[in-house]
Amino acid sequence: MNTHSTSTSVTHQYWDLLKAGRLTYQNCACGHRWLPPRTECPSCLGTDWSWRDASGRAKLISWVVYFFAYDESFQKKIPYNVAIVELDEGVRLISNITDCPDGQGLELDMPLELAVEHEGDVVLARFSRIQLRENI
Amino acid sequence: MTQQRIVIGGIGATAFGKHPGRTSLSLNVEACRNALNDAGIEKSQVDAVFVKVPTSERHFMYGQMLCEAMGIQPRIGGAWDQGGAANIALISFAASSILSGQCKVALVCYADTPKTGNTKAFARPKGDDARYGWLSTAAGYGMILRRHALEYGTGPEELGPIAVACRKHGAANPLAQLREPLTLAQYEASPYLVEPLRRADCCLVSDGGGALLVMSQATARDLKVAHPVDILGIGQAQTSWDVHLRPALTSTCASMSAKKAFDMAKLVPADIDVAQIYDCFTIAALMTLEDYGFFPKGKGRHFVADGQIEIGGRLPINTSGGLLSETGMPGLQLIMEGVRQMRGKANLQVPGARNCLISNQGGTMHTHSTLILGQ
Repeated sequence: MNTHSTSTSVTHQYWDLLKAGRLTYQNCACGHRWLPPRTECPSCLGTDWSWRDASGRAKLISWVVYFFAYDESFQKKIPYNVAIVELDEGVRLISNITDCPDGQGLELDMPLELAVEHEGDVVLARFSRIQLRENI
Repeated sequence: MTQQRIVIGGIGATAFGKHPGRTSLSLNVEACRNALNDAGIEKSQVDAVFVKVPTSERHFMYGQMLCEAMGIQPRIGGAWDQGGAANIALISFAASSILSGQCKVALVCYADTPKTGNTKAFARPKGDDARYGWLSTAAGYGMILRRHALEYGTGPEELGPIAVACRKHGAANPLAQLREPLTLAQYEASPYLVEPLRRADCCLVSDGGGALLVMSQATARDLKVAHPVDILGIGQAQTSWDVHLRPALTSTCASMSAKKAFDMAKLVPADIDVAQIYDCFTIAALMTLEDYGFFPKGKGRHFVADGQIEIGGRLPINTSGGLLSETGMPGLQLIMEGVRQMRGKANLQVPGARNCLISNQGGTMHTHSTLILGQ
């Protein structure tokens, strides 16, 4: 499966920064912040933006658990979760929550922390539960 | 200001289910032929063709391909991509075009072959986020349902009766693709596909096509159309943001769309006798009913309980089975059933029904459209 089908130079930059361990978002001169990467600000439509490093702190907005693999490449991963995560900076992204493939123990708005992971050549901005980490 | 009434003058469809070896163009032609026969008019009287693009195929100039296949040279024609909300949007364009004198008789149609053709249409990876396993149409609705469940306690008691009603009505429909009724116990035992979505929450995948004819009441009279049905109200609205970027996952633009349609029809939800509510997933139907004002957000349990949305209940919905049981076709079948109800000729006719409400929506609740038909 080609997961780079929508790649453009700006999305390349985002993934390259993540590969270097930096989760970034776009910050516009107009004050708007966003992901996924776009060339123009979806608020003011301008191009006067820059990459900002995310603090890595976030909260959980929603999640699903796949019991069916829509692509063969995920067959051996089910069950796995996909989550909507909101960074402290207000920017949202699609991610996975680590250490709970079946979603057990996840709660609305629970605090999360960035955990960048690599699977072969693919880099992933995953998140782990802060409470869990502090309990260990 | 007195304005010409716009009517739906004819409806037609193919069989629903599997059509191996058929193309969406072929299914569109069959549906249009049946709509013309239903209206009792000739194709030479059609001067506009509005087609919703197939979900599982991508073509250039699809509207012109279809007109060529039907030997029609319309004044206005083309294809429109807006997901399932496009059917009513196209009726709106047809009505506007007729009212501004740009055309007189418009075909609105849709056909697709996701069952036997490109079967991966609903499993599509979601851009670069596919690396996280973010694939399929269903998962987006699962995200919405999760949030709705955690905010309002939504679960089998709200969603089960929707699946049960649609499956009951579909089981009674000889033309439905799935004719197996479902009990609440069977609903609760249905396995998770993308949790919290169960298989029984998810609509069918179907080959098939549908078509209808839009014209003014005066044209319908001139052409001696037997059963024209009045369009009382139309509304549209679009969220645009993808699911995860929406400020609130549990509200949609359906309320804006409905307000426009109700205001135009000079009606309120209590005036509706029967409704065809887009049920690609049960949560979509539940949220549409709440956003339309039938009950406060998160308070649907009582409204859907005890057969109240089944035939014989307070507000029967999806009387031919909806997307969950009649066909997974994205929405045109709901309009066709609305027309049959207003003609008084539905398979499960709601006795004395005067106003029918129809919702269509596209993407993951990105787009919405509302149609109100009258007797």
